Amino acid sequence: MSCNCCGKDQEKYQQLQAVIDAKKGTKGALMPVMQEAQSIFGYLPKEVQLFIAEGLGVTLSEVFGVATFYAQFVLEPQGEHVIGVCLGTACYVKGSQAVLDRLSEELDVPVGKTTKDGKFTLNATRCLGACGLAPVMMIGDEVYGRLTPDEIPAILAKY
Amino acid sequence: MDLVTLTIDGIKVQVPAGTTVLEAARSANIQIPTLCYLKDVNQIGACRMCLVDTGARALAAACVMPVSEGMVVKTNTPAVREARKVNMELLLSNHDRKCLTCVRSKNCELQTLAEELGVRDVRFEGAMSSHPIDDSSLSIVRDPGKCIQCRRCVAVCHKVQKVGVIGTVGRGFNTVIAPAFDEKLGDVGCINCGQCIMACPVGALREKDSTEEVWKAIGDPAKHVVVQPAPAVRVALGEEFGMPMGTRVTGKLAAALRRMGFDKIFDTNYGADVTIMEEGTELLNRIQNGGVLPMITSCSPGWIKYIEHYYPEFLPNLSSCKSPHEMLGAIIKSYYAEKNHIDPKDIYVVSVMPCVAKKFEAKRPELGNGELKDVDAVITTRELARMIKEAGIDFVNLPDEDFDPLMGESTGAAAIFGATGGVMEAALRTVADILEGKDLDAIEYTAVRGIEGVKEATVTVAGKEIKLAVANGTGNAEILMEKMKRGEADYTFIEVMGCPGGCVTGGGQPIVPARERMVTDPRVVRAKAIYEEDAAMAERKSHKNASVQKLYDEYLGKPNSHKAHELLHTHYVDRSGK
Repeated sequence: MSCNCCGKDQEKYQQLQAVIDAKKGTKGALMPVMQEAQSIFGYLPKEVQLFIAEGLGVTLSEVFGVATFYAQFVLEPQGEHVIGVCLGTACYVKGSQAVLDRLSEELDVPVGKTTKDGKFTLNATRCLGACGLAPVMMIGDEVYGRLTPDEIPAILAKY
Repeated sequence: MDLVTLTIDGIKVQVPAGTTVLEAARSANIQIPTLCYLKDVNQIGACRMCLVDTGARALAAACVMPVSEGMVVKTNTPAVREARKVNMELLLSNHDRKCLTCVRSKNCELQTLAEELGVRDVRFEGAMSSHPIDDSSLSIVRDPGKCIQCRRCVAVCHKVQKVGVIGTVGRGFNTVIAPAFDEKLGDVGCINCGQCIMACPVGALREKDSTEEVWKAIGDPAKHVVVQPAPAVRVALGEEFGMPMGTRVTGKLAAALRRMGFDKIFDTNYGADVTIMEEGTELLNRIQNGGVLPMITSCSPGWIKYIEHYYPEFLPNLSSCKSPHEMLGAIIKSYYAEKNHIDPKDIYVVSVMPCVAKKFEAKRPELGNGELKDVDAVITTRELARMIKEAGIDFVNLPDEDFDPLMGESTGAAAIFGATGGVMEAALRTVADILEGKDLDAIEYTAVRGIEGVKEATVTVAGKEIKLAVANGTGNAEILMEKMKRGEADYTFIEVMGCPGGCVTGGGQPIVPARERMVTDPRVVRAKAIYEEDAAMAERKSHKNASVQKLYDEYLGKPNSHKAHELLHTHYVDRSGK
């Protein structure tokens, strides 16, 4: 009651419990439950994976195995904005590594991690399917194409 | 059953529908190589060693390919041979190929197959994955550098033992078989059963080696080193020296131990007879005085850790008896020490066990008296075989010798501890005699024998019905525990062995390659030898063991006496974290 954060968490776990109740016993329930859990919590911390494992009657190592196999699942809290720089063949040839390096430098964060203020998560991705615009990156759902490293500070400033 | 006819390498084969090409070929005596396949445990078509030509566009994995009518299979074409060879080379390209110093050398399925496929060079040099060795567990060492990711260990841990603490982590080249969240095996709910070791085709999972510390103790003139082998060791050790499965080597075992330099050769079977005196009495007390029932056996340390982690609510049901080798260790360091005027601090007790969980068990703080442990070192059947080889002993040609007097004497009841149902049967032989007040002739309780996962029986003793259940493998124990949870279990006495088949196929026993497991069931063959051992004994009931009677007369008084409790009983720990 006095602790607001716990109350919030409790609500989330109740939501997740409802998802588990609806899916339990159906074949292939694990992935959809994990996807829902990620959309509720934003990521899949150990406690949530344990909750899913116990709820569905599977082992933690099974949940963790799925969580680490699929790129769509994340184990750490994500930044407010998730940046994905394409390192697919076309983008790479067009210099996307330099774009990625510049982002890492500007944000002072290694690839795959989140800035200290929690604003940005910087990821390298496979082909985003916009090779015509190479080199490409996405921030959230926004696509930025034909990038040069020098454009980065101005783009970041918009967020 | 519908039969399907197909042709494999020009041979007509008829098998039931649903059979895989691999099994069909096996029935025609055609050997298709496998690595990830383990009969009844793992069939996932992952390693691509069993590729065959079925006339389809691509080669098919025989272990998961069902037969079909008129199918024409070729297992030995240039394309098949080349594909298998390339796949093997790819596996080897990311394998720590230090075969010369590997504990599994000469009993490694990867090594055997590479040799058979004629791989003479590994053409692919590239990045090697590097994951650290995990030796956090007191029983099991995990070496990812040797792992070929066949997933046989994962399958046995999840599906057979229902423990599931190791799994596939990550993807692609970075994949590793490990506990979740980078935890160490020693820190998760691993029960140390070692069935993963038995499933591993390579040296990626192995026991924590204790041979060096045992050699050191033997070499120390100040130490009085006493050894005791478990019942199941004597029906399996011979396999390590090329003897057929099921050969009984009890006499050679005693002879080998003596030649290795142990000061006293005692027998865990003596401890097993004492266990029956204590556990049988405990059961009678619980029945007569309204104690917690069903009582569950406590000999198997894999099972004990399982119940501590996953069903702690039933800990009061466990017999308080220590396991047989711990009992004998405690007796050696008290009764034997006093009788022979040896300071117990100078005694070093080595147990030879079919088990890796015993390594963890021996280090439990409750099993001993402070610094003075009941048992100082535990080696597996495999480790003993390695030591015998290291000592240059010609095991096969050893004469038969006896264990040393007093604590080397045992009965047939102790011998059968090594097979599932054996502890139950041994207890019944004694309990029935006590309740009936006479020496009964009918002593073979065949209803509790055999490898069925869960066995139930009702026996009538002195006009009283006793309902029994026996489970082997923790996956089967789970069935009984769930039954108890639902209040549907009205048993009086339950025996659980942590490993499928009981100790004869424990995690410390000689490893039987998957290929042999397709045609031979070591649980059955070794158990047969166990029952032969029993039948060959002069006395077959624990309370008839004259040396055990002497122990009670001279030292302990009665079973479950105060002194017996102090030395031979223990307590358990709730490890569920709840």
